[in-house]
Order: sequence, then C-alpha cells, then structure tokens
Amino acid sequence: MMKFRFRRQGNDPHREKIKQDLFAFSKTVEHGFPNQPSALAYDPKLQLMAIGTKSGAIKIYGAPGVEMTGLHKDTAAVTQIHFLYGQGRILSLLDDNTIHLWEIVQRENRSHLVEVHSFNLPGRPGIESTSATRVTVMLLKLSCDLLALGTEGGGVHFLELPTLTLLNKSLFQDEIMQSVPEEYKCGKSLGPVESLQEHPQDSDKILIGYSRGLVVLWDLNSRHVVNLILGKQQLESLVWERSGNSFVSSHSDGGYMVWAVSSSNPCTHDPISSTVPYGPFPCKAVNKILWRTTESGCVHCSCNKSLVVLLEEELVVIDLQMAGWPTVPAPYLAPLHSSAITCSCHISNVPPKLWERVISAGQQQCPLQNYENWPICGGKNLAPDPKQKELLLTGHEDGTVRFWDASGVSLKPLYKLSTANIFQTDCDHNDSLTQAGEEEWPPFRKVGCFDPYSDDPRLGIQKISVCKYSGKLVVAGTAGQVIVMVLSDEKSDHMIDVATVDLLQDREGFTWKGHDRLPPKSGSVVFAPGFQPVVLVQCMPPAAVTAVTLHAEWNLIAFGTSHGFGLFDYHRRSPVLARCTLHPNDSLAMEGPLSRVKSLKKSLRQSFRRIRKSRVSGKKRAVVYSPTNKVQEANAQLAEHDAEVTPVQRRIEPRSADDSLSGVVRCLCFADTFLRDGTHHGPTMWAGTNSGSVYAYALDVPSQEKFSEQSVEALLGKEIQLMHRAPVVSIAVLDGRGNPLPEPYEVSRDLAKAADMQGSHSVLIASEEQFKVFMLPKVSAKTKFKLTAHEGCRVRKVALSNFTSVSSEEYSENALVCLTNLGDIHMFSVPALRPQVRYDCIRKEDISGIASCVFTKTGQGFYLISPSEYERFSLSARVITEPLCRVDVERPHDLSAHSGSSTPLPPQANGTHKTQAESKSVETEGLLDEMRSALSSPVLDSPNSSADITLDTTGELTVEDVKDFLMTVDEAENNFRNITEEDGRPPGILIN
Amino acid sequence: MTPHSNDLQYDLFEAEYRRFALKRNGAGGFQEFYQLLQTIHRIPGVDVLLGYADIHGDLLPINNDDNFHKALSLANPLLRIIIQRRDVDVSVPFPTGSLQRRKKGLAGLHQPKQKSKPALLIGLPQDFRQISSIIDVDILPETHLRVRLHKHGTNKPLGFYIRDGVSVRVTPQGVEKVPGVFISRLVKGGLAESTGLLGVNDEILEVNGIDVAGKSLDQVTDMMVANSHNLIVTVKPANQRVNNTMHRASKTSAGNSSAGSGSSALSHDSAPSPASQNASQYSNSNSVAEGDSDDDTDLILENDNLSTYMPHRMTNGNGSHANALSSGAFAHRPLPQSVSLPSSSSLSSLTTPTHNGSPTKTSSSQESMREDGNFITL
Repeated sequence: MMKFRFRRQGNDPHREKIKQDLFAFSKTVEHGFPNQPSALAYDPKLQLMAIGTKSGAIKIYGAPGVEMTGLHKDTAAVTQIHFLYGQGRILSLLDDNTIHLWEIVQRENRSHLVEVHSFNLPGRPGIESTSATRVTVMLLKLSCDLLALGTEGGGVHFLELPTLTLLNKSLFQDEIMQSVPEEYKCGKSLGPVESLQEHPQDSDKILIGYSRGLVVLWDLNSRHVVNLILGKQQLESLVWERSGNSFVSSHSDGGYMVWAVSSSNPCTHDPISSTVPYGPFPCKAVNKILWRTTESGCVHCSCNKSLVVLLEEELVVIDLQMAGWPTVPAPYLAPLHSSAITCSCHISNVPPKLWERVISAGQQQCPLQNYENWPICGGKNLAPDPKQKELLLTGHEDGTVRFWDASGVSLKPLYKLSTANIFQTDCDHNDSLTQAGEEEWPPFRKVGCFDPYSDDPRLGIQKISVCKYSGKLVVAGTAGQVIVMVLSDEKSDHMIDVATVDLLQDREGFTWKGHDRLPPKSGSVVFAPGFQPVVLVQCMPPAAVTAVTLHAEWNLIAFGTSHGFGLFDYHRRSPVLARCTLHPNDSLAMEGPLSRVKSLKKSLRQSFRRIRKSRVSGKKRAVVYSPTNKVQEANAQLAEHDAEVTPVQRRIEPRSADDSLSGVVRCLCFADTFLRDGTHHGPTMWAGTNSGSVYAYALDVPSQEKFSEQSVEALLGKEIQLMHRAPVVSIAVLDGRGNPLPEPYEVSRDLAKAADMQGSHSVLIASEEQFKVFMLPKVSAKTKFKLTAHEGCRVRKVALSNFTSVSSEEYSENALVCLTNLGDIHMFSVPALRPQVRYDCIRKEDISGIASCVFTKTGQGFYLISPSEYERFSLSARVITEPLCRVDVERPHDLSAHSGSSTPLPPQANGTHKTQAESKSVETEGLLDEMRSALSSPVLDSPNSSADITLDTTGELTVEDVKDFLMTVDEAENNFRNITEEDGRPPGILIN
Repeated sequence: MTPHSNDLQYDLFEAEYRRFALKRNGAGGFQEFYQLLQTIHRIPGVDVLLGYADIHGDLLPINNDDNFHKALSLANPLLRIIIQRRDVDVSVPFPTGSLQRRKKGLAGLHQPKQKSKPALLIGLPQDFRQISSIIDVDILPETHLRVRLHKHGTNKPLGFYIRDGVSVRVTPQGVEKVPGVFISRLVKGGLAESTGLLGVNDEILEVNGIDVAGKSLDQVTDMMVANSHNLIVTVKPANQRVNNTMHRASKTSAGNSSAGSGSSALSHDSAPSPASQNASQYSNSNSVAEGDSDDDTDLILENDNLSTYMPHRMTNGNGSHANALSSGAFAHRPLPQSVSLPSSSSLSSLTTPTHNGSPTKTSSSQESMREDGNFITL
C-alpha cells in the first residue's frame, strides 16, 4: 500500500509545487559567433549592430550584455538588414523575397525584438515569372519614411514606412528606356537593379544602377531622369561622394570608376577615372565599395571611427583612428571555433583567488584586452552582476585550452593555454618561414583569428579536469598525452617530467596500428605566467584519452583510453596502477581511431568545405523559380523517393562482450567512501567501461606529510559487470544522506559541508541504458531506473546538479540530470531515481550539439548549436543567465502599441529553429551529421553503430556479476542474499 | 506426440502448410484424399499418418473412409489435417486430449539419423529449454499476438530486423494511416525464425509492455535491445489483415472473446477475461503489471519461472512450456489467417503440414479457438 502511494507521488500537488519551484527549462542566451551570418547593419544613433543569419535570425548587439534576438517565422536566409536610424526599427529582406519590419519594444521594463509587419512584393500583372519582382537591393531613405526596392526585373518600387504599404509610383525599365539613346539600347534589357543610392545633398534624387552598366539619377518628385551614365561594364555597386558631384561604381572585373554628375552634361559615356586596383588584368568583382572622406589618413568624422567587417566565421573591428589600424578586441561574438572545439568543461562558483590569477595570466598574454574602445555601446545592460564567477573551458583541436568568462550573458575570452609547445611537431618552424619567405600578392594584412586548420591532430584536447581550489589542471589529448599543470604567476623555464604508462599490460597479440605518440621536447621550455605543465604522462598505445580525473588532495590523476586505465601519482612522479580493459576479441581498438577517423574526418571536412563554397559563391542571386528549376526539383524529389524504396532496417541483437571497443574507459572517479567494509572509509577510485564493467579500487594514500616517502597503493576491491552491458557513462558516490560527495579541498577549506560518513554510502552508476544505485560496501542494488527500456532513448550526458527553490533559498535538492540521444533532458531525484521532469532541448539530429553538452553544478547547461555558438540553457527555476537589457528609442509612429499583445518570438536562433533542417539540402544535412559524429570523440554510438555485427549473448548471467576481492566468502553470500531479498524474488533472475 | 531429444535442433524441422478447398460431398474416399494430400504436399511415396482435430481438441486419426467422412462432416468451415511421417516412433499417435496436453508436443518427427535409436529421443519436459512463448492470449485482441523470446541461455542470435512502415488503422472516422514499426527480416536459424511466431511484416505494437506508438525506429530498436534478455513483443501479424476480415468480423459479431485466431496458447484452462478484446484495457493492465516501479519490472522477468506470472489470474504458466516444445517441432509460424477463411458449407479448407500436427483452424467457436491455440503453439 505504501509503495503504491509513493508511486503516485507524481500526482501529489505539494510535490508538484516543489518541482515547479525547483525546475524550469528555458534556453537563455547564445554565446559566441552566429553561424552563417549573412547580413550586417549598424545604427549610429542608437549605437547598435544587427546581424542576420542564413537561418533567419536577427541578432542585435549593443554594449556588452545588450543582446536581443528575433527569429523570422520562415527559415529563410536574411539577405539584407537596415536600421531605421534612431527609431529602434529594423528592416530585413529574406531570401524568400519577403520584407519584415522589426521593432525594439519594452516589455516588463526590458527590451525585446518583435516583428510588426511583413511585406511581399506582388508579381506584376501579366508577367508570370516571379523572378522579375525579386528584390535585389533596398534603399532606405535617410528620412526613414520611404523604402525603395530594386528588383531583378529592373523595376524600382516604393514603400511607405513604417507601414510597409506599396505606393503607386513604381518605376519600370520602359520608363527609363525612353530617355536612353538608341545606340545604347540595342534591344537589350538593362538587367536587374544592382544599386540604389540616395543623393547626399538632395533627398529627392536617387541614383539607380542597372546590372548592364547604366546608371540613372532619378528625381522622385518630378519623375524624370536627371542624369544618364551610359556605363558599359557590368555593375556591382555604387557609392556617392559626399558632395553629390561624383560617385564611384565598382564592377565585375575587379575595377572601379569615378563618374562626375553635373547638370551641364545630362548624358555621360566616360568616367573621370577607371582603375583596376589589383590589375592590370581583370580579377574578382568588387561587389562592395565605400567612399569616405578622410584627412591625412585619419577619418575625421566621429561616426567613422572604426570599420566593422562581418566575415563568415568572425567579426573583425578595425580602429581607424589609431595608427596602423589595429583590430579592436570584441567583448562578445567571440569566435569560439577559431580552432575546432573538441571538448568543454564548466567550473561554477570559481574562487576569487583563481579568478584573479586567470585574469592576470590572460592580461599578460594580451595586454590590450580591455573593451573600452569597443565602438558599439548602445543600450543598457540591466542584468545584475553575477553572484558567482563561472569559467567555461574549451579544448581545441590545435591543443589549446581557452578560458572564458561564462558568468554573464556575453562570453568573454580570458586566457588561452597552449599545450603544443611542449611537443616536437613537424610544423613548428613552418609558420615563420612562410611568413618571411613568400611575398603574397595582393599584399593583404591578415587580421582575425579564425584558423580552423590544425597543424597536428594529435594535439587535440579530449578531456579536461580542474581543481579550482588548488589551481591544478589536467588536460588530456588525442595522442594519449595527459598533462598535469599548475597555475603559476611567474614566468618559468623548466623541464617537464615525462612518464609513459603501458596500458596493454603484457597483453599479447596486440599491435597498435594508430598514430605515434607526440615526442616531448627535450630540455627546458619557457612558460609564461599561467598554467604551466609539470608532468607529462603518455599512455601506450597512444590512443586518445577517453576519461580523466584529478584529485589534488591525494596528488593523483586517473586516465583511461580505449585500452585501459592508469593511476599516476604526480607528486612522486610515479605510476601507481595500469589496468588493461581490452577484450581479447577486440581488434578494432588497436586500429587507432585517429588513423581511420582522421582520413574520414578529413574527407568529410573537405567535402563539407566544397559544399559550403558552392553554397556561398555559387549563386549571387538565390534560387529563381523557373520551369527548368521545377523540373530539377521534381527530379530531386523523385531521387529522394527512390532512396526510400529500400527502407532502413535495424538489427535487434543484445549487446555482447565481444562488441568492438568494449574496453573503452568511459568514466573515472575518486571518492572517499566505504569499499572494504562498512566501518572504515578511505580513498577509492572507480572506472567504468564501454561494456558495462565497473572496477573499484581501494587506495592507500599516505598522509600529507609522508607524500614524498611513501607511495600510493591501489588494491582492486570490486568488479561489477552490469547485466545489460551498456556503456557506463558516469559513476558518482553518494554519502549517507544521498548527497554527492564534496570536491577535494572543499571540506578542508570549509567551503562545503562534510559528507555524511555515518549513514551508508551508495554508488550511482549511470549506463547508457539505465541508472542504478548500489549500496556500499556490498554493492547491492538499491534503486534503479531503466530509461532505455521505458523510453527507447539512450543516455548521452549525465550530471548531478543542485537545484535551489525559487521560493526559498534554504531549500534545495540534488537531481540527476540526463541528456539522451533524442536530445531531451530527463531529471531524476537522487538517490530514489524517480523521474521528475522531462524537457525537449536539442534536435535529435544534432549529434554534435548533444555530444558537446555540459551541465553546470547549479542546473544550467551549454551545447554547441553550430561550430561557433553555444546555446546556454537553464533547468533551474532560480539560476538563470539571460540577457536583460534596455534600449530606449523614440519613434514617430509607434506600431508596437497596436501589436503589443502579440506574443514575443522565442529568442532562440540557429540550431534551435524547428524548421531549419528543411532549408538545407538533405545531403548536406546528412553529411553534417556524419561529420559531427566523426568529430565527436570518442565515437561511441551504440548499438546502432554496431548494428551490423551479429553478436550472441554469452552465459546465463543472473545478477550483476560482482567480483569481490576484499570480502570473505560468507560476506559474498550475504551480499547475494541481500540482492535477492531486496528485489523480492528468488535467485536466478535477471536484474537487467 | 513424443518430445524428442533434449538438445532440440528446431531449425532442422520443417513444417509446411497448405490450404485448399474441397467439396464436402464430392470428396471421395480415403485413398483418393490420401493421394491428393501427397500431391499437394509434393511428397509422393512418402508414408504418412493423417490426423485431424475434432471439436474437443483431440487429435483423431484418418485412416479409412469412415473417419475421413466423419472428419469432413466436422469441418466448420475449416478442417485441420495433420500429416505426419509414418516412419517415426509414434506409439500412440492419437491419444485422447493430446492437443491439450501441454507438456507433450505434437512433435513426432525425427530426422533420419535419429531413427535408429528412437528410445533416446524421448526427453523429459524439464530437459527442454524454453525459447519462446505466447502470452496474455486472453487479454489481447484476437488480432494481436504477444510473444516472449527467451534469449537468455541460448547462443542463437535473436535474429530479426525491424523497419519503419505505414500501418492502416480502422477508426470510427474511417481508415487512417499511421507510421508503424514492422519486422523486416528474419535471420535464418535465428531465435525469431525458429520459434515460428514472428513473421516478416508483422507490426510491432509493444515492447515489454510499452506502447511503441509515436516512437521512432531507433527508439524501438533501443527498447528491444535493452530488453533483449527477455524480450516480449506484441505484434499484429501481417497476413491476417489480408485475408480474413470477414471471418474475423463474424467472430466478433458473435460476441466471442476467443483469443487471437490461431495465435492463442493454452488458454483453455482459464476463462477468457471479459475485457480481453479491449486493446486499451489490455495495455493498461499490462502497464500495471510491468509498470514503473522496480519490483514490477522485475516481476515480469520472473516469468522465466513460468508459474509465477499470472496476469489477471491467468493460469497459463505451464502452457508456455508446451509452446516451446511445439515450436521445436514446427519451424513454421502458424498462419492464422490461412485458417480463418470464410467458407460456405460446400467448401472446407484444409491446412496440412507435411509432417506432423500443425496449426489448423477449424471454427469460430470459442472452444475450438482454444484448441486452435494449442495447435498453433506447436
């Protein structure tokens, strides 16, 4: 009866209220650089910058912390955006030929971006093709009351602002043609409108440039041609000189021309000057040209103090007021992916001491790193200063670890740590040689930092572990390197101690076919203040490190690869333990994932680059609907249909011990707990593998004073084979009250409550398929939840987080947070493992997003929505980091008053757009996913990845096979009896 | 009738079915019929024993004109004929109640090499290893079949694949197409094939009591793999949808709650539960049985012991044992639909397995349905 009541707790209104106070899901902010930006605008009055993306998002940035996001209803690329200066209004043109008006509105005393109007240019009666009305350029008049649209068909249309109503004064080519001399006409159309420019002195006149080269100065009021410039070179862009007496045209051959505009000569054939800057031969088109008046190299107008260039992968801001035009560091929009992100690690509640030292190390690296010169500073950040400092560490493919300030809305770079300098790599000297040796033409200066090409993939960072109290850091990489670092405020010149640990342990018949280890540099190396390597441990074979953990109080690190795991005493520089986890039948583990994956990755990357290139440069104008296009589309659909004829099949077979890569060490953990018996606790180390094995070691760690004399001993205590053999994703020890054990030093420095050592401890083992809590020291099953059997999803990431109630700071609960392969997040109570809430978070197709997810200790999380952007989300009703800003605007005609009731759009952009996938071609999507899975490491997608291998289960396993090396036989029997009694059924039954 | 050696090699046995029509009056005599069967099964010259299932579930011999005509007269509208090779050691081929005796299969068939030592072919029931069973027959709609595959302890692969597909449902609003998951392939020699209980294109409705509606192929795959040590799948067999709508309709209109045509196991010793035809109800009851608490989940696993699992006071425990035996004898999966052809009185359908007793559907009466169950488990 009692049991029944407990099971119904989900319906208990009291419990429901508590849950509401603890848990709430929201995607709060996007950190980093927008993926595939496609449009840029700046409002000098409000000092705001807007970026449009190919996925239909508009993001507005002002002062650090001032951020707003709007997402168009249809996922079409934003091709142009224009501010209505000072009004807090933005016009956007999308790839689907729709125009949208957005407004910054104030709601709940903060600013939001809301769409208020949209417009679609109707086709011209009698003309079937819609391409004629496709908008090519937009001119927003300075007065902000009129919008001129140039079209593919050569027409110019006018819209009233801000209502977006079409005025009945469209200008068509035939009207212009009447003024054009016969010899210029030669029966050809003028082509699409390529440029519309308002006369700088006379706002009634606009300059219209047609693709064929004709440029017309048109008077809007009198509707007549003022000047006619009969250019013959294909036109790309136009810009006025300030006086309005001349303008510049740029052309497809890479040249530009200066033309005079005078009333005395209404029809011109020849420019004042014509230049091909990187000539003499024609080269690439100059498709954007600006003309600003300068005085002796310095821009004199205050609004022209910096040049903002939006590139595909980063934003570069150049200070035009300082000599040499240096770049200005950006306080947001950091190119997270300047080298591909390979792993991430979040540290919450960073102690002030560590924070200061990291900042100081960063400032010595890059002294100019202050954001005072940042020119875009509109709006006010209303968010209160974060209560605690948070660090996000990203590991990169080039062997760097970057430290980011993740305390607030804008993710700021703090410090960059490189590990490449302790190894001898082939590419060490290449950089300087090429830079000095080759003379490049054209002589461009390189700015920006986006450099996705890794010199040596072995340098890639795989795992990071930090002790925030002692300033110790362990990073582990692709070639089996595990580097122990210590934070130092002084420059140092020292040799690194190198040790190798053989994880095969005399296993015979295995030969490593993968890459070599990274040769460490001999002799001493100079290290700047910051994290400095002291010990390098190299795993043999040098397979990628799959798990690492650090216990700074015990001076121990543990690390694992696909072959086994090791324990190393970095104080004495001596290996304590190495254990091979390789299954005898596993041949794949010796292939060296990198050797295979690398080539795959490389080819994927190349093809991805090809696709991207063709996507970007292949079309200037996006898809034009024409009959041939329809045929192609139909063919494509047909091809897709064909592909569906052979349906996807999935093999249903249980996991087996013979599975390849079954020996991969998935997780490691240290804990001070009861492994030997119920009365004496002590240091333990736990390791979990891909095949559902858990190894628990009892450690003899000498006391602080004796570290130098006495060595650490490790004794295998328990071996647990999970019945269902699913990979062990995480292991955590819970104290007598069911709370996770505190971190090292937390207790000794009075920063956390000591663990309860009175009640019996338990260990929570999370596999890909289920969660299970076992009592210690006997390892008897206590509670479990079979997630896969119930939901058909598999565990990808888990964390124990603490959730504080919104209604009372005093009340908090621990929860097991779990992200599944379907991208949803489940939360469970601990240690009862009762399901609490479930949220959809990531699209299940977004494999790299799921693989990149990290949770914080206070119920937030991050995942990559593109190679360059983290989505930050919150699971806690209390701890939320979201933009809270205000931009005050004055508008003559306020539309938002009417549409104030409309619901704000969800603030997410990019990867979270539901229909985004549809906008991409299927092949690209598939390829992306493949690439992501190839990049996510280690690739442990099972069972589907191994679905093609027939596997038989072996022997009749009954309960988890617990091998006890410390207990007596009697105890073992008791243990067994306990299991069976607890589960209320006779022995010989599966607990899988 | 004889359970044979302990070490069953199920896949070595073969059974096949034929269904054909015969004029009740123009059937001729026994010899003609005997030759007809030999022709139909392409076994000319093979010496066989014929049997048929009477309304009490007894397997009765056909060896002369009299009992042949008696058998024909009992066809209502179907008559199941069981053909068995004569050379086998079948001391008592047609004992009374044989079809109800669960611990004895109808397996009388042996391979030629075993012929010489017939004595060794008899094993005790407990020596058999159960590899599959049909469960919950009484609570499932007759169109559904719940199969347990006992992976554990065998070294055979489960041996099947699943795919996405479209399922057609008849709703009050009309015919509705919904995505579904189907068995796409059976691996030769695999557990799934050797039980004969699952077939290609069967729709998967539940995995270990959890409805798969709305779940993706990958989710269903994961659920099955997670439960693979003791996999219980509820399927809607493919063929019934094709040919038996009328028959089925007549059954339901008769208010008969007979267990799934041809799919029932051993439900004869328990009264069919009144709610058995209500699909939603069965899934409810099931979720109670296998619900979210640990013990519940474990309870379902206890069913390995066969006697402890009693959903709705059902006593079908031992029955599953017979299933195992029978599936050993007949590698082919019973095709319920083949039996349930609507037929006029002038037509009787005969289903004839080549070797031994096999699934043969007779009538729509509840009793015979139960008997059918017995046959089908074979």
